[in-house]
Amino acid sequence: MDAVFKALAGPTRRRLLDTLRARNGQTLGELCGRADMTRQAVTKHLAILEEANLVATEKRGREKLHYLNPVPIHDIAERWIGKFERGRLSALSDLKKNLEREER
Amino acid sequence: MSSNFVYVTYIRTTPEKLWDALTKPEFTKQYWFGFHQDCEWTKGSSWKLVSGDGMVADTGEVLEIDPPSRLVLKWRNEFRPELKADGYTRCTFAVERLGELVKLTITHEADDAHKMIAAVSQGWPQILSSLKSLLETGHALPRPDTLPKG
Repeated sequence: MDAVFKALAGPTRRRLLDTLRARNGQTLGELCGRADMTRQAVTKHLAILEEANLVATEKRGREKLHYLNPVPIHDIAERWIGKFERGRLSALSDLKKNLEREER
Repeated sequence: MSSNFVYVTYIRTTPEKLWDALTKPEFTKQYWFGFHQDCEWTKGSSWKLVSGDGMVADTGEVLEIDPPSRLVLKWRNEFRPELKADGYTRCTFAVERLGELVKLTITHEADDAHKMIAAVSQGWPQILSSLKSLLETGHALPRPDTLPKG
């Protein structure tokens, strides 16, 4: 679990996860194109995300595709969110999203 | 455009125990929110995912099977018309021993954009957390109260 929190502590790594959430299954080249960073920097951040199991990879021919793996985040939620809190939290989160959308 | 998801979890168990948990109804019912799979587990045999009250939620066929390491299912939703209309998806379970841990990779994919892939993306992380808990502690996680009703 330390690895997950450490990986999520970096804004660049959270942005990489956002990019994968928008479109799952991207190559290193595609992720570099969107990240405005050197290839080495992206590779390093992806390695930390993979180590934490937040990114899963799959070989497709010669290419390696990167996928957002939400399972460790779900495990964290399971640990601290009780069975009956989930519905209320989700209602609260919907409310926040709706109100913030109106302000824009 | 193809659409797919890859889910990975590491479980402190053996590939054989994980395989049993994936395929035997008495295990599956515990972590898969009461659902079990009705299947003879041979290549080409038909496959059904059945809810606790006997509703057939999904159907398909075993495309590949190699216990305890690989299972590929052809998979179609049966109870939501818009998902059924999109046709079959493919779900692969890969089990790999890594020292004291077993890596389980579930890939759920479709050749074209498929609504079911988005629909299952909420379900798999919950099922995997519960499966991990069952194998490591002997107890599955409680069914979440937000699980969409079949």
